[in-house]
Amino acid sequence: MPIVLRGARPYGEDAVDLVIADGVIVEIAPVGSATGDVLDCTDLVALPGFVDLHTHLREPGREDAETVESGSRAAALGGYTCVHAMANTSPVADTAGVVEQVWRLGERTGLVDVRPVGAVTVGLAGERMAEIGAMAHSEAQVRVFSDDGKCVHDAALMRRALEYVKAFDGVVAQHAQEPRLTENAQMNEGVLSGQLGLTGWPAVAEEAIIARDVLLAQHVDSRLHVCHVSTAGSVEVIRWAKGRGVKVTAEVCPHHLILTEDLVASYDPIYKVNPPLRTSVDIDALRAALADGTIDAIATDHAPHPHEDKDCEWGAAAFGMLGLETAFSIALKTMIEPGLLDWRGLADRMSVAPARIGGVREQGHSLEVGSIANIALVDPQARRVISSENLASKSRNTPYASMELPGAVVHVLYGGNVTVRDGALA
Amino acid sequence: MKHLLSAADLDREQAITILDTAGELAALTDRSVKKLPTLRGRTVVNLFFEDSTRTRISFEVAAKRLSADVINFAAKGSSVSKGESLKDTALTLEAMGADAVVIRHNLSGAPHRLATAGWIGGSVVNAGDGTHEHPTQALLDAFTMRKHLRGGSGDLEGVRVGIVGDVLHSRVARSNVLLLRTLGAHVTLVAPPTLLPLGVETWPCDVSYDIDSVLPRLDAIMMLRVQGERMHDAYFPSALEYSRLYGLDSSRMSKLPDHAVILHPGPMNRGMEISADVADSPRSLMVEQVANGVSVRMAVLYLLLGGMKEND
Repeated sequence: MPIVLRGARPYGEDAVDLVIADGVIVEIAPVGSATGDVLDCTDLVALPGFVDLHTHLREPGREDAETVESGSRAAALGGYTCVHAMANTSPVADTAGVVEQVWRLGERTGLVDVRPVGAVTVGLAGERMAEIGAMAHSEAQVRVFSDDGKCVHDAALMRRALEYVKAFDGVVAQHAQEPRLTENAQMNEGVLSGQLGLTGWPAVAEEAIIARDVLLAQHVDSRLHVCHVSTAGSVEVIRWAKGRGVKVTAEVCPHHLILTEDLVASYDPIYKVNPPLRTSVDIDALRAALADGTIDAIATDHAPHPHEDKDCEWGAAAFGMLGLETAFSIALKTMIEPGLLDWRGLADRMSVAPARIGGVREQGHSLEVGSIANIALVDPQARRVISSENLASKSRNTPYASMELPGAVVHVLYGGNVTVRDGALA
Repeated sequence: MKHLLSAADLDREQAITILDTAGELAALTDRSVKKLPTLRGRTVVNLFFEDSTRTRISFEVAAKRLSADVINFAAKGSSVSKGESLKDTALTLEAMGADAVVIRHNLSGAPHRLATAGWIGGSVVNAGDGTHEHPTQALLDAFTMRKHLRGGSGDLEGVRVGIVGDVLHSRVARSNVLLLRTLGAHVTLVAPPTLLPLGVETWPCDVSYDIDSVLPRLDAIMMLRVQGERMHDAYFPSALEYSRLYGLDSSRMSKLPDHAVILHPGPMNRGMEISADVADSPRSLMVEQVANGVSVRMAVLYLLLGGMKEND
């Protein structure tokens, strides 16, 4: 029997019945006219299922923090139908064997499309290129390569990686962090870091690598993706590069759209993240860049950590924040509510663009007849208070605990199957 | 107030109360029986994650002179090096009934975490955290300067203090800038640009790269310890060049006004930031600083555990 999404509003427009059968949208009908297994979607906005370019699922190696299964649950509840699992696992995803393992775990869980990211260099060590071709041609069909957590700082190696992935239309996703400028760095470098006595992570350490990389990408005519852009200066460099026709894309994390470095004054490591929280000037620039397309996508950098790695001194704590289950709410609050993006714009930044960048053909489709039914149904009127205790993630390190945020993900369809119903896993 | 985490926690009135109390308690050391019963039955823990014999002993003597029970907990090898975590250590101390925890830690903000994470209920005194603050050092410096320059009472209104050296890595400098400002003094930081934090121009003080132009205007000069190995991180080219440009030797000392005093938080690098003849001159107050440290820490423990009224 077909599934009927009754009264859904595609992209916030007029309400319709979306009819799903055999995993695809088969009909868009007037409200109340379609028959089948009816899911009430009155007042809900229908969007293409979200695609995350930057997720840490921690498996293999740190199953105490997250697994492919628990991360998939968190993703589904956040409205995602596809996540890109970062390579900094243990062992590192630098061989076909590891990426196929992660891919199979994702298939077995079946809640979202789990796309492994392959390491650029062996062991993320930045010295020798990993077997990129083998990962690309494996069952996992890896297209995104990243040493995320570490920067490919060797310019010659970065150039070769950019060139090499052209053979299968891959992309190198760079964690832009000049290592010498950020030794033992703890927070954004500025007046506050000087007062708090925490070693600074200067904006220039990000911007200098991005500047180098866009010039390299131009030189070898390759695709470059910039991970978690966090500064106003980085936005300027990327805008300049795009203006010159460089094939560069970029992502921004939800937390960099809303949280500022002032939170660090509490020394509470829940706010410790890499790249660090910046200033309100940076937030304004990042929002504007996401609105005008200079930044292509929202990516969560969902980074689960066991409680003990956050329940300690700032300097001893791990970097990273959860993001999958709150990303939509942050996007709603920072982009839709202020009028910086409309629903079609949000669909582009959270689904269409990341699917294109990641080369995921089954994702990011428009809501029209014939499209694969990866759909998130969201309630923009809902408000909820975030609690670190009732997240699907195995970890609790959300920076939004006790904050009231707008919006809720109500139903999600992945490949035509209902994965989330009424805000809970189906 | 319950904790002393930063010199910024103190307003003018509270700072003067601590200094005045320290002055009264200092009189104790002239008696043959150096003990007061004030904190009898109270437990003070010295929790040191970083070696600092002089600071630890200073707090220990201070607590003992107030008749507190003192536990020294040398937790060298913190959670960073896979020892027991700060949290578990704190829970242990809480179970043992610590009324105050004096904490020294190599990581900035550790005392703040200890005071605010809900692990313990007692008072927390910051005895130096990373490159952040060292408020009791600033109090003892202020006490020493007040005694020599202002007759041992009131504030430091109008006193001109130069702080010279590795400001970037110095918790002493941060606490001193904040407290001296609160007490009305005028501070000039002197260092090569590499050893000044980004944003120092927003601090409530002046900044100079040239020690010689500053010396004639000072009432007090504080030389900070500079680690020779900083040159390996390119903060300056060599120990010799640092010493030549920023060290206090007898010829520079002669440019100070006659009444000006010299302070150093110790331990000194003789021949680096301060020459031996300056260190040993009668104008140098290092030994007195140590003695005053005990009085000031007695005052802090007394007021935190005995209860200093909260200002609005």
